[in-house]
Amino acid sequence: MHSNRYCNRIIVLPFSVLLEIRVKPDNSGVVTDGVKHSMNPFCEIAVEEAVKLKEKKLIKEVVAVSCGPQQSQETIRTALAMGADRGIHVEVAGKDYETLGPLQVSKIMAALAKKEDAQLIILGKQAIDDDCNQTGQMTAALLDWPQGTFASEVSLDGDKVKVVREIDGGLETIKISTPAVLTADLRLNTPRYATLPNIMKAKKKKIANVKPADLGVDLTSRLEVLKVEEPPQRQAGVKVETVEDLVGKLKETGRI
Amino acid sequence: MAAVGPLARMARLGSSICRNHRLISNRKSQRRGIASCIDPSYGLTDEQKEFQKVAFDFAANEMAPHMAEWDQKEIFPVETMRKAAQLGFGGIYVQPDVGGSGLSRLDTSVIFEALSTGCVSTTAYISIHNMCAWMIDTFGNNEQREKFCPDLCLMEKFASYCLTEPGSGSDAASLLTTAQRKGDLYILNGSKAFISGGGDTDIYVVMCRTGGKGPKGISCLVVEKGTPGLSFGKKEKKVGWNSQPTRAVIFEDCAVPVINRLGEEGQGFGIAMKGLNGGRINIASCSLGAAHACVQLARDHLLVRKQFGETLSNNQFRLAEMATKLVASRLLVREAATALQDGRPDAVSLCSMAKLFVTDECFNICNQALQMHGGYGYLKDYAVQQFVRDIRVHQILEGTNEVMRMIISRNLLTEL
Repeated sequence: MHSNRYCNRIIVLPFSVLLEIRVKPDNSGVVTDGVKHSMNPFCEIAVEEAVKLKEKKLIKEVVAVSCGPQQSQETIRTALAMGADRGIHVEVAGKDYETLGPLQVSKIMAALAKKEDAQLIILGKQAIDDDCNQTGQMTAALLDWPQGTFASEVSLDGDKVKVVREIDGGLETIKISTPAVLTADLRLNTPRYATLPNIMKAKKKKIANVKPADLGVDLTSRLEVLKVEEPPQRQAGVKVETVEDLVGKLKETGRI
Repeated sequence: MAAVGPLARMARLGSSICRNHRLISNRKSQRRGIASCIDPSYGLTDEQKEFQKVAFDFAANEMAPHMAEWDQKEIFPVETMRKAAQLGFGGIYVQPDVGGSGLSRLDTSVIFEALSTGCVSTTAYISIHNMCAWMIDTFGNNEQREKFCPDLCLMEKFASYCLTEPGSGSDAASLLTTAQRKGDLYILNGSKAFISGGGDTDIYVVMCRTGGKGPKGISCLVVEKGTPGLSFGKKEKKVGWNSQPTRAVIFEDCAVPVINRLGEEGQGFGIAMKGLNGGRINIASCSLGAAHACVQLARDHLLVRKQFGETLSNNQFRLAEMATKLVASRLLVREAATALQDGRPDAVSLCSMAKLFVTDECFNICNQALQMHGGYGYLKDYAVQQFVRDIRVHQILEGTNEVMRMIISRNLLTEL
């Protein structure tokens, strides 16, 4: 009924997130030294979806890409242990890594997608440490590809993808042509545990090293972080006796 | 006692890591984000860190939420263990050609340590099952390996290790269960005591007497459940290890085919002891996991509980001592695992030293953690008491810590 020749290659972009957030004492950012990283949960879901599509024989190859310093390789290995075929580590370290944001990552992804001739890019909908929710959308825009974001259900049908999206009003079903960008939402699937044999097989899978310059990507940030601070401490409330008191207090604090 | 709610939530392993993780309730990773001195992933290879991560995730998601229920209702969690087996945890150091994962003793220790943080009792049973599967894999002939190991590695069938008897615990070589040869059958008579899994498991690895007195008269037979003459005693009521049934295993003219014998006649005791070397590392690893979990629970509690106007964490030499002993224990177990893997001459002594030191120290750590919880530590709503109860028996089985001292001193005194 449908050809499985169309979707040959999927790129997934799992990236690692900080497991605990603390603001630096000088309010310039968040502490990253010595903080454990792990794969972003939405990205785990994205990797799982790609591997499932490969298991259904709808696509031929899953490539896991991660941008960051040396530790990013661990995230790629986890993706390989879940079933991705090979990895690409885009080396971004030091100052560049601190200012690496969705715009830079999507430029890298766009360049890689063209280089690898991918038909589908699947990412997590957002990172749980910065909550940007931009990389997928920006990548689609740069490539001029259709996007199916907040996906809770994905099905391939020839060269089209049917995506059920979770939106504020409920669920929206769209059909888009490949090549396309999808972002995974929570209910898309439940990521598998890597099995011990797969972890061992992952050791033999290749991870290629690439520099952003090789892809012709300029990493300069258009944003400057002025200040990072914690939300204000919760203040105690005030109890009032009558409705008049309440109205009075609200007027006092300028709420009405 | 009041205020069970918020403290109870904190008493589960590690608190919620950041606000968004509460959205992702089906994949709560419950390790702390900040790298600390007791992090069990230090010194491991990347691959071992991956194994450890899977084991920690499995423990946090599939075991920890049920740990208390399994203990209180005495449930043998067959489905959960089968899920673990599908990840490769059914025959971790069994060879891959019969369905095992072919990993090293150190990999195994790392995995059991992580799984124990989810439920000590279940992990300890999984380790016994692994030990039996390894014994058949290593000492069985090809027919036996192919017949038994694949099902064991997938946990389609479960195994029990039968050495101890009512009259022979530490003096294991004096066991009395006899196996009389009659043609191509052995007729077994006798009984085994305190058998983990007994009655619910399918494959029994039984040490029995085929020859004269002492260790050289002992052979090792594989007995399958359903064999006529095989029956079980009542399910024992225990202080801990309640997610595994413990029963006496009784042989009354039980006929077992000679082809079920592992190795030659007279080799059974040696096989049993070799199995136990690995078993001791595994049990010590389970104690490690419990101690690690308890140090984290204690730490979380100390950060929250206030008395005399300040949090208990302002007064923390005890916690530092616990952490130090935990790391020292971990290093000893991992070294023993490496020694066993490499076949070093000090392997047997080191395994005994590890079992002795680690089970004692980790029990003290867990006990101390309970103390730090104050009255709350004594309530079954809090996990710390279950860790204490579950690992208490590690100082007793797989060779009492007194027997460990015997093994070590024999090694010392024979050298002189």
